[in-house]
Formats: sequence, structure tokens, C-alpha cells
Amino acid sequence: MPKVHDRGGWPNDDPIDHSEHKMEEWERQVDALNGVLGDKGLKNTDQLRRAIESLDLATYESLAYYEKWTSAMEVLLVEQGIMTSDEIDAKMAALEQGS
Amino acid sequence: MADHGHENGHSHGENSEYYSKRAQAMQALLIEKGVCTLDDILTMADKIDSRSPEDGAKILAHAWVDPDYKKRLLANAEAAFLELGYDLPETSPKITVLENTDDVHNMAVCTLCSCFPRAIIGRPPAWYKELSYRSKVVVDPRGVLQEFGTVLDEATQVRVIDSSADYRYLILPNRPAGTENMTEEELAKLITQESMIGVGLALSPEAVSAS
Amino acid sequence: MASNEKYQLGELVRIRVGVPPTHFRTPEYIQGKQGKIATLWGAFPNPESLAYGGNGLPAQPLYQVEFPQTDLWQDYKGLASDMLLIDVYENWLEKI
Repeated sequence: MPKVHDRGGWPNDDPIDHSEHKMEEWERQVDALNGVLGDKGLKNTDQLRRAIESLDLATYESLAYYEKWTSAMEVLLVEQGIMTSDEIDAKMAALEQGS
Repeated sequence: MADHGHENGHSHGENSEYYSKRAQAMQALLIEKGVCTLDDILTMADKIDSRSPEDGAKILAHAWVDPDYKKRLLANAEAAFLELGYDLPETSPKITVLENTDDVHNMAVCTLCSCFPRAIIGRPPAWYKELSYRSKVVVDPRGVLQEFGTVLDEATQVRVIDSSADYRYLILPNRPAGTENMTEEELAKLITQESMIGVGLALSPEAVSAS
Repeated sequence: MASNEKYQLGELVRIRVGVPPTHFRTPEYIQGKQGKIATLWGAFPNPESLAYGGNGLPAQPLYQVEFPQTDLWQDYKGLASDMLLIDVYENWLEKI
């Protein structure tokens, strides 16, 4: 049984979706943040891959590309002790309130 | 295999709002904690945006018109990129170029994630990162070519490259017939993102003038 | 990076079988299969260590390995000459 991300030859009848995907600004910034953290030596590509690979199958298959990156980035930042999930929750709530 | 209903991963909707807010919260915290600045992020985003398929097309069109350059490109892509002013960052994965001909058709994929020659042609298209392409192209490349409307000569060998490690693959498409008198700039317009991945061929001059 | 390759260009190798719980870059569809060394890429930091914040040393020689598609897939729809190429680290290769 291959891991969730190991997709070569995984049975799949879905047609390839050719539609254009306009990148949203938050996705552009997640993409950039990944590069910034990498340049600062706070993460590398394999750490990000490993964090994404640790998602359960249903989550891996349903999350969009940058949603997976966001999820993985949280794992890495928490691992590094740079922030906690509670802090992120609090910040989300604060931003929601407009503060 | 697990039964996985509709699995395209395009969950823009309730999920997407949550993740965009979470990403923004993480970013705000990183800035607050002095790990990076907003300027760092926006500068990086612009840097990433600065590479697009047009850059690849420019390089590959040059290889079409200059056989010696083509040799150098196939032998050492990064040195050849530098000749045309493309200096890859230190941290960029290695890039190598594969040539498509009448006899050999190469196609690139990353079955494990989404590895792509970003440093030279920008971000991959959405379909390249999706499960359907990643699973199908290794086992049925000719079926995938058909899905993209690409027709090869029956005798052409198909080679699929799974970029699983430190190398990223850029395809030099087969130069179409009837292009002998075109300028390098005109030739670059024939080289599409799809042809640089290998799911498509370079456009024919007729196709371009018809549009 | 210095590399002392165990395998040479053109040599036939087998891909090791294994699904460790940790990060690795060798897909199941090539495991246990026999392929030919097509390119020597030199040595690169080991992703299995990088993934956990390690420095990836000692660097692993990296090889491009070529497989006939008909060896990888039952009922492969294509030419007998169609190939699959993939980059594999030395610790996933076995002598035949």
C-alpha cells in the first residue's frame, strides 16, 4: 500500500482538469513565505514534503495545493518552536475581529 | 486502494477561507516575532513571479536556431542558461534539458509531489500538481497525450521522466516543420508551457497565424 | 561534492523494496524492479535526513535509472521501447 503522496500508477479515472487556476494573493504569499523561510534556513523542501506526506488520505486528497502547504508550514513552525497552534488560533480570531 | 470519491483537491470554498486565514495568521505572527518582514515576502513573491514560460521559450528558441548552443544546453543546462543571462539561485534544484525529436518524445512529471523547473519557467500549471496527471502519466503516457490532444507518430518512443530527486527536467520540444525562415522571436511564440513539459508539441506556424 | 559511485553507467540494478514510516523518495511502482543506470548525477544530501532537519550527510550518489515500461506495468499501452526514467539515491539500489 503506497503512502498517500506516492501516486505513480495509483488507479485514477479522473480526467485531467485543464482549467486555468488564478492564484489568489494569499496563495502567492504562502508560496513566497516558503521561499523566505527556506532562505533563512528555517526549513527545507524535504521537511515540507514530509509534513505534507503525514496528512491522512482524506485530507491529502481534499485539500488544495496551497492549503496543503499551509497545513505543512504550521507543522514545521510549531516543530521549530517558532509559534504554537494556540497562538495561530488566537491570531486568526484577532484578525477576524479586525485588530 | 482506498475508495476516494471526488478527489481533485480543488476545495476552494469553506476550506479555502479557513486556510487562507490560517496562513495570514501565521504570516502576521512571523512578522510580529521578527522572523521575517512583509517586504521579504513580497520581494520573494515578485522574484518568483519574474519567471514564466516565456523565459523557457526564449532559451529553447535560441537552441533551435544555434546548434552549438543546443549542444551546450543539453550538456550543461545551467551554464547555457547563464550565457543568456539566467543565473539560477544557489538554492535552486538542478535543471537539465531533454530533447524531443521525431523519434523520441520525453514527458516530465513529479509523481510524489510537484517538482518542476520553476527557476527557469515559473510555477507549474494546476493540472501538473493534481493526482490525475501524477498517477496516469507514468502508467499510460500515450493516453495522457491523447487527453491533451497530442498526436505522435506511431513509431515514436515515449520516455516519461519522474523528477523524484534533485533534478528538474525541461523539455526542448521538437522544432516543427516549415519554420526555417522564422526569427528567434517568432519561434519562441511556438514554444508553449505544455510543450516544455512534454504533454504537447510546439505550435505549428499555421496554428499561431490562425489565432 | 565528492562521490564514489557504487554503480556504473549501463549497469543493471534492482530497486530495493521498502516502505519506511519516514520520508523517502523511492516510489512503490519501481520497487523490486530491474533497471539500467542511465546517468550519474553525482552526490546529493540525503532527503531522508533533510526531512527531519538533518544536514543530509553523508551525501548519497544519485542515479538516473531507466526501466522498460512493459516491465513496470501489466497491460502497458504503448511501444515495447517506451521507457520510464527516474532519479534514485544509491541507498535504494541493489546489485544484481
